[in-house]
Amino acid sequence: MAEKDTVPDMTDVTDFPETGSPQEEPNDAAGYYADGDPLIDKKAPTGPIDERWENRKFNARLAAPANRRNLSVIIVGTGLAGASAAATLGEAGYVVKSFCYQDSPRRAHSIAAQGGINAAKNYKGDGDSVHRLFYDTVKGGDYRSRESNVYRLAEVSRNIIDQCVAQGVPFAREYGGLLDNRSFGGVQVSRTFYARGQTGQQLLIGAYQAMERQVAAGTVETFTRHEMLELVMVDGRARGIIARDMVTGEIETHLADVVVLASGGYGNVYFLSTNAMGCNVTATWRAHRKGAYMANPCYTQIHPTCIPVSGEHQSKLTLMSESLRNDGRIWVPKKREDCDKDPRDIPEADRDYYLERIYPAFGNLVPRDIASRQAKNVCDEGRGVGPLVGDFRRGVYLDFAEAIARMGKDAVEEKYGNLFDMYARITGEDPYEVPMRIYPAVHYVMGGLWVDYDLQSTIPGLFVTGEANFSDHGANRLGASALMQGLGDGYFVLPNTVRDYLADGPFEKIDENHPAVVEARSAVEQRINALLTINGDRSVDSFHRELGHIMWEYCGMERTAEGLRKGIDLIRSLREEFWRNVKVLGSAESLNQSLEKAGRVADFLELGELMCVDSLHRRESCGGHFRAESQTEDGEALRDDENYSYVAAWEFTDEGALPVLHKEHLVYTAIEMKQRSYK
Amino acid sequence: MAVSGLIFIAFVLSHMYGNLKAFSGHDAYNTYAEHLRSVGEPVLPREGLLWLIRAALLGSLVVHVYCAAVLWRRAAKARTTKYVMKRNVASTLSSRMMRWGGVTLLLFIVWHLLNFTVGKINVEGGATNDPYNLLVDSFDTWWLTVIYLIAMVALGMHLRHGVWSAAQTLGLTNNVAARRNANALGVLVAVVIAGGFSLVPIFVLAGVITK
Amino acid sequence: MKVTLKIWRQPDAASKGAMHTYEVDDVSPDMSFLEMLDVLNERLNAQGEEPIAFDSDCREGICGMCGLMINGQAHGPEVTTTCQLHMRSFKDGDEITIEPWRADAFPVVKDLCVDRGAFDRIIQSGGYISVNTGAAPDAHAVPVPKDKADRAFDAATCISCGACVAACPNGSASLFVGAKVTHLGELPQGQAERDRRVVSMIGQHDHEGFGGCTNIGECTAACPKEIPLDVISRLNWDLHAALRHGK
Ligand SMILES: Cc1cc2nc3c(=O)[nH]c(=O)nc-3n(C[C@H](O)[C@H](O)[C@H](O)COP(=O)(O)OP(=O)(O)OC[C@H]3O[C@@H](n4cnc5c(N)ncnc54)[C@H](O)[C@@H]3O)c2cc1C
Ligand code: HEM
Ligand code: HEM
Ligand code: SF4
Ligand code: F3S
Ligand code: FES
Repeated sequence: MAEKDTVPDMTDVTDFPETGSPQEEPNDAAGYYADGDPLIDKKAPTGPIDERWENRKFNARLAAPANRRNLSVIIVGTGLAGASAAATLGEAGYVVKSFCYQDSPRRAHSIAAQGGINAAKNYKGDGDSVHRLFYDTVKGGDYRSRESNVYRLAEVSRNIIDQCVAQGVPFAREYGGLLDNRSFGGVQVSRTFYARGQTGQQLLIGAYQAMERQVAAGTVETFTRHEMLELVMVDGRARGIIARDMVTGEIETHLADVVVLASGGYGNVYFLSTNAMGCNVTATWRAHRKGAYMANPCYTQIHPTCIPVSGEHQSKLTLMSESLRNDGRIWVPKKREDCDKDPRDIPEADRDYYLERIYPAFGNLVPRDIASRQAKNVCDEGRGVGPLVGDFRRGVYLDFAEAIARMGKDAVEEKYGNLFDMYARITGEDPYEVPMRIYPAVHYVMGGLWVDYDLQSTIPGLFVTGEANFSDHGANRLGASALMQGLGDGYFVLPNTVRDYLADGPFEKIDENHPAVVEARSAVEQRINALLTINGDRSVDSFHRELGHIMWEYCGMERTAEGLRKGIDLIRSLREEFWRNVKVLGSAESLNQSLEKAGRVADFLELGELMCVDSLHRRESCGGHFRAESQTEDGEALRDDENYSYVAAWEFTDEGALPVLHKEHLVYTAIEMKQRSYK
Repeated sequence: MAVSGLIFIAFVLSHMYGNLKAFSGHDAYNTYAEHLRSVGEPVLPREGLLWLIRAALLGSLVVHVYCAAVLWRRAAKARTTKYVMKRNVASTLSSRMMRWGGVTLLLFIVWHLLNFTVGKINVEGGATNDPYNLLVDSFDTWWLTVIYLIAMVALGMHLRHGVWSAAQTLGLTNNVAARRNANALGVLVAVVIAGGFSLVPIFVLAGVITK
Repeated sequence: MKVTLKIWRQPDAASKGAMHTYEVDDVSPDMSFLEMLDVLNERLNAQGEEPIAFDSDCREGICGMCGLMINGQAHGPEVTTTCQLHMRSFKDGDEITIEPWRADAFPVVKDLCVDRGAFDRIIQSGGYISVNTGAAPDAHAVPVPKDKADRAFDAATCISCGACVAACPNGSASLFVGAKVTHLGELPQGQAERDRRVVSMIGQHDHEGFGGCTNIGECTAACPKEIPLDVISRLNWDLHAALRHGK
């Protein structure tokens, strides 16, 4: 279970502190970007917040059923966002093509979500409401998200649960046969629906099955083991994609009236993350290069309770449920020389329960970003535990000895048995005997392609949904809300807004010989050819690992202007070396996993730099973004609403040219901005 | 498949019961053989019931063998490239021997019918019109007894898996307890039938049952 | 530790494959099995030999993408997915045979990768509950008894990895089909299509060229999600019921 149970309110509110109030800050990123015009969401609705979505739906134009058969949609991605959209648009009668890089649509990484999905059903009668979910989500996002979008999300959350139950998603139930809920990730109400520790899997299977039903009905066609490598634009509109059949290597052109990107998150830019091996930025980055703005790319969520790195061979990290923090106590040795001792031999007096010490009120239950950052701090002091990774031990103890003494082993097993087993399988250690070791890991990216209220990017006809867009979570995502966003967008939002766009269609027919198509295709072919012919000395993985180290070190849990500038330099030279010295064997005409990785890493190498620039320019701390320069006297994050309450949307201009920053100012009418505090 | 298999089981159970009459001596056994033929008279003609049973058995045999052949063929086509290394971890030997066990049984039945019903072959060259004596003569021959015992091993294995399998095929094993019971029943039926059949040949060979 | 690997290599579906032998010597017991293969691949790449293709994505045992036949056992010697298998399950000096899933319905794509599209087509044939988006009643309109919900859940944990097929001596996918039929058939929402679902899913299963089930039970032992044999019994029961109802 990734994210569950009762971590208390991470967004407890106090008045904006006097110290460090906003003033003109120096521009750290001068010379790294150019200023552009402010960005205005032309679809942004007005009026009372609870009527905005209703009005938008009503005003969205219709397409007659008979016409829909002539209107085609390409959807890249089959996670919760993509599969739900494909199913729904298929049911409506559009001609849908669905793409994923896995061998089955059901393997999209949404499958890995464990904890649950929020919905404002108020089945527990504990005072939940659409407004409360809206409020919690905006607050959790540290006031860096758009209020209209979040409100809509909270509204449709209720329909999601109805839809999923009707599809046969086996949510947890009580003996009376009604749905069970739990409270999750820092809220005071029980609104999280869950399916044991596999909520993501069960929701995704529901969406996948709904989509496969449309495949049988002939409205959806699936293309598995197909990777989108380029966006096709004709006359300023998105009209298709260039994809590679990963089995035959064939470069295919697919054209349509609308393109939807639901390609997930790019946390793998850090190499190690809780994301799947194949998660990538290619789909969105290619679109970015064609003119879609990338918003808030630096907002990254780092989850505190993951199984730590065990050595240089590590390929990915595994999440452990946050719920463990309810009963486990986190500590490190007080003395560095104790770090390689058997933890059971370290006396109480020599242990530092640092979260309990620094945050006596919240203790081990402080929010994710705090817990993560403090773990990094103690390890940086040389007091981490576990194997040496480079020069440091990267781990802290999560100790259940006290819980076992208090509750008994059986009770602990009953509550956390499956997590303990998973831990034992991966580490080979018995957590009932020896304290677990945990460490933070990259988990989710709040940044993504900029979209308007209709989920349309700055390229007409290019819609972006799910983790791939930036829209709903601001600077920090609350647990159990990404699943909600993916399904809300796919089932209920996109079908309405895409319909409105398609009311102008069908657009002029284009064929594969259109110059714009030919150009996109040959760009892809050239790139593949380039990667295969460099024939240098270093493997793709070694570049990816090095990029990950740079990102983690300089654009990770704590960011400084100096570090970020250094990071940018390092990334630039690594990128230069990549294109000179990468070694990709095999051919383009067959399954070639090194080639696939190479294309993805090449895009990560560009994205990484933009993330650093975005971090560098945002000289404030908010949500998952912590700038050392912007903290309170006692080391807590300090937001700067005066200067930074905007969405940073980046425009790609040219290779080597400076990215252009467009600011979309955030205005709150339904909620008041407050500073977070947890002491 | 399951239905035909169960019909076989019903038959072999009663057949075994009949065979055990050999322990009651010459007359009891022959009376029983005669009774088999005359039962149902005069409603049915002589050997009427016997022919009904024979028809049911023959029908089942056709169905059973046909299904077995289809399954075999499908399995062969489902994996044409074999594993270089394959380990079985959970299955019983019986379950994996079903096809060869079935072939063994088929061969056995052909011989058996030649031996006792159709051909009435008396390997000792004695009389063939007296069922009891034919039986004793046959099993006095050690190698014939061995053939029978091998066939009984095949039968036992076939039944051990067959009973469980039939229960599963009929959809009767929907929980752990039911599965455990079906397996236990398989073992029981296998031991009782194969064991029961084996008694007569063994005791004949051992000289306990004599003419 | 050091291990000797015998690995199936096959350039593409059309070519013939063969076993190749590799040695990997700097194996740490904390490595996952796939990380050990990563290490081998890095080395092959450096030597100018094309890396071995194998599938994986989540590497946490849930997406079902990974799956290798390891020493004759689907997903190797532990009851888990290949990606969750660790090298501490092996000894120094072990020889390990690695092959792809073998089933004609899962053709080899390259080396250790196979095409499991047949599973998607089986789902297309009826593995769903027909409900259009927006047409659903309130989630509390139909209560589901907890035991039914739990049973549905147990069956729904199938990750579509195909280990059941790989392990079955008959190459049957009955455990996979049974799991879906049980998941949807246990729930009140799934009743309307229950007969039709089982008949068409079994029809598609047979059409794809999977073998028939003779209740051998290797599948459930190989299943990383421990789907029980009940689901096959359930599949048969539902099939007989559907045939009785004239479907
Ligand atoms: C371990 C873990 C646990 C989590 N737990 C929770 C939780 O409990 N609650 C919660 O709300 N959220 C949770 N999250 C977050 C949440 O799961 C994800 O944010 C969400 O599922 C993303 O869904 P998506 O549809 O946008 O993308 P994904 O599910 O990642 O799907 C991406 C799709 O795009 C396809 N794709 C990508 N690139 C290409 C390309 N170039 N060409 C073709 N296809 C491409 C992929 O094949 C895939 O089908 C968790 C995340 C992780 C990693
Ligand atoms: C005539 C020769 C026979 C052949 C070729 C044969 C072959 C087979 C085969 C291949 C199977 C399928 C394997 C399986 O379901 O696990 C089978 C099943 C079975 N057989 Fe036989 N068999 C023969 C005779 C018998 C006899 C004599 C009996 C009983 C006394 C019997 C009882 C069964 C039963 C109960 C099953 C299980 C049916 C099911 O799974 O639905 N068979 N047989
Ligand atoms: C060792 C054990 C067995 C003995 C001693 C035995 C003996 C006999 C005898 C004496 C007959 C002739 C009965 C008559 O014509 O009145 C007979 C018939 C028959 N037996 Fe057996 N039998 C044995 C095992 C089996 C088994 C294992 C099978 C099946 C799997 C079998 C199947 C048959 C059949 C089908 C007939 C023909 C019945 C008929 O004519 O309708 N027997 N057996
Ligand atoms: S039933 Fe088990 S082995 Fe078969 S596909 Fe599902 S999870 Fe894999
Ligand atoms: S191993 Fe095969 S025969 Fe049936 S019980 Fe499992 S599918
Ligand atoms: S890689 Fe996802 S289950 Fe193994």
